[in-house]
Amino acid sequence: MPLALEVKNVVKTFQSDSGEIRAVDDVSFAVEAGEFVALVGPSGSGKTTMLSILAALLTPTDGQVLIDGTDLARMSETERVVLRRQKIGFTFQSNNLIPYLTARENVELMIRLNNKFDRAAKVRSAELLSRLGLGERLNNLPAQMSGGQQQRVAIARALIHAPTVVLADEPTASLDTERAFQVVQTFAALIHENNRAGIMVTHDLRMCQYVDRVLQMRDGKLVKVYDTREEILALAKGE
Amino acid sequence: MNNISLAAYLSWQEVWRNRGRFFLVSLVIALITLLVLFIAALGEGLGNANRQYLSRLDADLLVYLEKTDFVIPSSRVERSTIRAVRRVEGVADAGGIAASNTAILLNGEEEVLKVSLLGIEPGRPGDPPVVEGRRISGDQAREVVIDRNVILRSDIKVGDLITIRSTQGTRDEFYTLRVVGLTEGQQYTFQPSIFVPYETWDRVRTKSDAERERASSTVNVIAVRLAEGSQAVDVSANMTTRIDNIEIADIQTAIENVPGYTAQQSTVQTQAVFTLLIGVLVIGGFFQIQILQKVPQIGVLKAIGASNAMVGLAAVMQIIITTTLGVALGSLLAFLFSLGFPPTVPIVFDGLSSAVAIVALLLIGPLGGMVSIFYAVRIEPLKALRLS
Repeated sequence: MPLALEVKNVVKTFQSDSGEIRAVDDVSFAVEAGEFVALVGPSGSGKTTMLSILAALLTPTDGQVLIDGTDLARMSETERVVLRRQKIGFTFQSNNLIPYLTARENVELMIRLNNKFDRAAKVRSAELLSRLGLGERLNNLPAQMSGGQQQRVAIARALIHAPTVVLADEPTASLDTERAFQVVQTFAALIHENNRAGIMVTHDLRMCQYVDRVLQMRDGKLVKVYDTREEILALAKGE
Repeated sequence: MNNISLAAYLSWQEVWRNRGRFFLVSLVIALITLLVLFIAALGEGLGNANRQYLSRLDADLLVYLEKTDFVIPSSRVERSTIRAVRRVEGVADAGGIAASNTAILLNGEEEVLKVSLLGIEPGRPGDPPVVEGRRISGDQAREVVIDRNVILRSDIKVGDLITIRSTQGTRDEFYTLRVVGLTEGQQYTFQPSIFVPYETWDRVRTKSDAERERASSTVNVIAVRLAEGSQAVDVSANMTTRIDNIEIADIQTAIENVPGYTAQQSTVQTQAVFTLLIGVLVIGGFFQIQILQKVPQIGVLKAIGASNAMVGLAAVMQIIITTTLGVALGSLLAFLFSLGFPPTVPIVFDGLSSAVAIVALLLIGPLGGMVSIFYAVRIEPLKALRLS
């Protein structure tokens, strides 16, 4: 499998009143196309900062982040904006969708941003939403949908433009348990089917049962990698 | 190009899907538009009422008595000066204008219509063009040309005899004049005008006892039409050298020195400017609040790859859509209201002043929303999405 994402010795420091904070401290890992990875850890472990770096929203203080072989750290702001719309798909904890666009329009927005909107793209969006069980909700505004449905629209939006990397920041944070499992399961299935590299930040270890690998962070460092099915399931069950 | 079309798409979708809210803002802009247009129309109406006759004079210069500060009622120029002015090189023609007030009796003397009584020299500068009937035939004629504003306020028509009331010493005297022509847009000092030959004017005007005993030898000002190719500056200099005790103004200066004109216009313009400023603050406030409410949304847009240019452009377009709708609505309302105004209300929707007001109103949207546009462009997705 080709490497979609490579993180090499990434460091991110912030200045605070009490001195320098190393939010990410010499982290390295790689994700292949078609692999779904969870980034877990307690609050303040640096996982959200890591995700922001992967999303090209934050530049690392040191190290390299390669998406399809291109180093994000060397890119200008304009290049990073283009990279975000072409090669990255993103779902957030909440406030995910544009409230005045329907489910279908929210998904199509990604294609419009890439200037590739046409009839075929319109059909593709509808099909993807139907696949996610939202066939009846295509023309609903976010306010007319439940939290789970909104998250599924966000997943469709993150995948519709065939990005290299799909990032999810706590996608289940605002969902009840049943819906949370449904959402992550669907997300994982689509990552595998579409051969994308998926990275999900979560504090809910139960969600890890659907991923291929778990990266555990603490105090900015990558402290453990769970890469066997047994280890992952044990972690998900809290053993 | 993609930025523009995408910005247009997003801004229109947002306006359309929240049309109730945006319509309310447009309605506020419409009310501001209505107010600004009415103030502009009032300025135009009041200005017209003061300056219309002067601004439409078939003359380039006005000659006043020296040291009268270009105030027409204060100026008294000997009639012999008119002949001297006509002899100056570069002068095509000159005519005396004498101004006073009188009242036309209406409905069997029960009502009066106050008018400006202007004495002119038939066929000379100062004699207004007629749109119906004919001009005054001669210097002694008991004929009158009336402004259309007289007709709008009475049932007088061309061919009628009118009676005017004039105070002679301490008594009221009544004179009958035949209306021979109709002229248009000739108000002067807030009143519709009627025009009579100078000799008739001197007979029928309000006089003191002392003035009754002798004929007047003065006019207030002399209207001067320049010969083709002559320069006003050169002719003025030539005239003041050759003729004593005069001062000369071009028409614009003459208008600006009509008593009260400049103060009145600046008052109205100040009102218009303040209304526009209020508009800027109201629109600015609304869009600023709206942008503050949309911070997470803008954060999402930027995080998924929307450029700052696109986000800024969408904000600008939204402001333009809302402002244009409001201005169009306000202009329509102003037009509808204007149809119901009686001619006595000095509100005139002049094309140019309305256009200037509308352009200013269209600009206040983007101007008011400037802060919010800058704010939108500067939103950082990390902070907006609370990822940092």
